Parts: sequence; structure tokens; C-alpha cells
Amino acid sequence: MSTVGDEKLRISDLHAFYGESHILHGIDMTVMQGELVTLLGRNGAGRSTTLRSIMNMVGKRTGSININGRETIDMPAHKIAHLGMGFCPEERAIFSSLNVEENLMLPPAVRSDGMSVEEIYEMFPNLYERRMSQGTRLSGGEQQMLALARILRTGANILLLDEITEGLAPVIVKTLGEVLLKLKERGLTILLVEQNFRFAAPIADRHYVMEHGHIVEEVHAHELEAKAEMLNTYLGV
Amino acid sequence: MATFLGINLFGLFGQLLVGLINGSFYALLSLGLAIIFGLLKIINFAQGAMYMLGAFFAWMALHYMGINYWAALIVVPLAVGFIGVMMERYLLRPIANEDHLYSLLLTFGIALILQGAFTHMFGSSGMSYAIPEELKGGNRLPFMYLPNYRAWIIVASLIVCAGTWYMIEKTKLGAYLRAGTENPSMMQAFGINVPLIVTLTFGFGVGLAGFAGVMAAPVYSVSPDMGSNMLIVVFAIVVIGGMGSIGGAILTGLGMGVVEGLTKYFYPEASTTVIFAVMVIVLLTKPAGLFGKEA
Repeated sequence: MSTVGDEKLRISDLHAFYGESHILHGIDMTVMQGELVTLLGRNGAGRSTTLRSIMNMVGKRTGSININGRETIDMPAHKIAHLGMGFCPEERAIFSSLNVEENLMLPPAVRSDGMSVEEIYEMFPNLYERRMSQGTRLSGGEQQMLALARILRTGANILLLDEITEGLAPVIVKTLGEVLLKLKERGLTILLVEQNFRFAAPIADRHYVMEHGHIVEEVHAHELEAKAEMLNTYLGV
Repeated sequence: MATFLGINLFGLFGQLLVGLINGSFYALLSLGLAIIFGLLKIINFAQGAMYMLGAFFAWMALHYMGINYWAALIVVPLAVGFIGVMMERYLLRPIANEDHLYSLLLTFGIALILQGAFTHMFGSSGMSYAIPEELKGGNRLPFMYLPNYRAWIIVASLIVCAGTWYMIEKTKLGAYLRAGTENPSMMQAFGINVPLIVTLTFGFGVGLAGFAGVMAAPVYSVSPDMGSNMLIVVFAIVVIGGMGSIGGAILTGLGMGVVEGLTKYFYPEASTTVIFAVMVIVLLTKPAGLFGKEA
């Protein structure tokens, strides 16, 4: 069921602040059911802050964030996951006080149809082999897989993934690309912050380009070639 | 008299027993401190006052309401824990984002107020609380006489400590706690109500002190300064064990009780200072404490 259907996420006029710094200046975007959308842009453009704002992990936010038709701008942080959100932060946030399996089992289920532990170990065999190791003893790639696996187990069907390929070897990046395609086939909705445009381009349906806390461009997959030059200017690749 | 290599075994085992009893209380109190420090990063100076409250509540429950020791053992820790919940929710949470010095001073102030209030109401000479009927008497062992109530203190506090350790280290709830200590905002993003866990943890840590207070009422005099006397030693123990280590707090508490007991036998003059001497040595050689992780 890879059909693109209802609106899963709609953000209008989102402003976000960390203390005195005003980071996001009126973001508008939508993500439809089953879509894989990327946020492109240079470091500091506000892409990670956009994801963290959706999870209510910033100092202050104003505007509107609609998840599955529910307004969440005034919702406490711990309630947002239960709308079916899964967040994979840039720093991966694997817990060193827990082993791999405890890390995997940690987040409570937010929906009933999450992947079973068997399915997860099938998708990430390395995690099974190292399930008794301390979480932070894993390699960077394994930690990334663990960070992704633990939100798949919860049944989250809207995934916010922040720089999941950062610093990883090409072979692992390739594996992650295959995993994302599988998740897309399952009908999951994915909002991906990505620096590695070559990784994102072939798998994404749409791209938003951010600069200085604004969305400056929206590019559909079929427009990539036509808008290549403009993208180069914004991303400096 | 039983002697071995010139050592009076009756005296030695007697002091060892006293050491284990004190160690049991040290373990319960430092465990509560370690749990609270681990999750909230608050050094709870009111922990001694909560222990004192536990003893006074047990005494008041018996004399004003006829609630016996066994019921008090359940009700009093809950009552003290509830006071802890209120304290966290309405006093500590508003200053949670300030420097930790503020919460330290606040808990210190609460301890002074409680101690002052109970001195005003009950005087400072202390009151006695009878050992429950079921635990009177004792057994003559080969080298010592073991009063039942003292044996009960050691067994009960070991069970409570071991149960708490198991809950934190081996259960899902404990995993939430450990992970919440490490990265609270990520736990919120997973959908876990971290502020609620923080409140309940504080209540539980304080409730442990209340439990220790009920246990202590029949063996120590119930007096307003019983907590502050205990707290200084317990802080030294927490430093020796390593801040925030659950198992470390329990083992160090018991171990230091025994060290203190042995010192009382071999060199009584040093018995009140030996723990602080150990603390100095540990700080010089292993600043994070015996069980603490090096930063």
C-alpha cells in the first residue's frame, strides 16, 4: 500500500525559538500519507529544528502543527509520540545505561501494528548478534540502525529522521536506503533531514529546501533535473 | 569468655551486629539519596528530616491513632512519600531549571524547618517507641546474643534494598528511570511522561527514608535531631560509594556500617571519624567514588 493519500502532517506559520534566538521564521509544509519528503539545506538552515519543533523539543514554538488532523501546538511533548510519531534524532540518542535489546524495547508502543522484534532482527541482523552489548558500544552504523529500529517497533507511522546517513560508510548508507524503501512500501510516512543529496534524491517524492529558517523552494521528484542548478546554488554541492 | 587469638568474640560480634544495623539504615538512606540524585540531580538535604518524620509519624500513629508498628511500616512510608511528591511538585519543580544550588538550599531549609517544628512540639530529649510484641526477645547464638528486632532490621532492609535494586536495574520501569536520567527530552519524544516519573521517583526516594524512620523508631530514640545526625554520615557514604550508583549506595552503606562497628571494637576513639577518613582516602584515590563512573 504505497498509495499517497491523506494529509498526515500540516505545518503552518511555524516559528521556533531557543531562548532568545528565533530559529524558524514561519514554516509552511505538508506531508501526505505514504510520502517520503526531505528537508534539504545547509547546516544551520533550521532543518533539525523543524523536526524538533514537531516533537515539541524546542524552547518555544508558535503557529500550527497538525498531526493526523490533531492540532498539537499546545500539546505536551510526551503526548505527541502517541499520535503515531517516531523521532530519530541526529545524535541518535542511544542510551548507554541500557543494552541493545533494552534500548530496542524502551519506547512504549504508540500504535498496535508495529514491527515485531523478530521482523526487526531480520531487517537488522547485526542488532540481533549484539543484543546483549551496551548500547553505545555499537559502531556508528549499528547505533543508527538501533535508533531506527526502536521507533519501528513502536508502530509509529510518521517517522522524523534526522541525518541518518551522517558519518556512515557507503555500504551502510546503501543498506539504510533499502530499509527506507521497504518502510515506504509498508505505507509509512517519512520526513527526512538529509545532507547527502545523492542518498535522498532517488528515494524521495518531494523535497523542501530550507535557508535561514525559511522554506525557500519545493521540488517534486520529477522536477529534479530541471531545477538542478537552483538546488546546487542553495545546497552548495 | 570465648576468645580467639586474644580477641573477645562476644564483643567483636556484638559490635559487628551494631555495625550491620547502622549499615542497614545507612544503606536505606543513601539508596534514597542516590535514586533522587540520579534522576533529578538534586542533593536532597531533607532526606534526614524525612527519616525523622518517618520515626515521628510511627510514634504519633501509635499514640494518637492506635496504628501499630506493622501498619505503620506500610502507611508511614506512603505518607512521607506523599509529602515528597508535594515537595517536588510545588517547591522543587518551579526551580528545576535554576542552578542546583537552589534546590540544595531549599531542601536544607525544609530540613531545618521540620527539625525546628518537631523540637518545638516534642522537645529535643527524644521519645521511646516499644518494640512490637512479635519481635521481642532474641536468640543465643554461639558467639553472641541476637535480639529478634535487630535481626529483623537487617533482613527487612536487605529485602527492601534488593527489591529496589532489582526494580531499577532489571525492570521496564527501571529502564525508563535509567534512560530518563540520561536523556529526559528524548524519553518525552518517545511518549513517556518524564515529569510524572520525576515526581514519583522523588516520592519513592523520600518514602525509603520514611521506611527507615519507622524501622529506627524502636531502636534509636525518636528525636528531632535523629535525621541531621544521620545525614552527615550518609552523605559521606554516598560520596564513598559514588553519586548516583544504586548498587554502590547499598553496598557502601552496609560496608561502612561494618567498618564503623569494627572500629568501635578495635579502636573505639576513631569510630565516629573512621567513615570520614575513608571518604578522604577514596576522594584522593578514586574521586568518582568506589562504584561511580569516572566523568
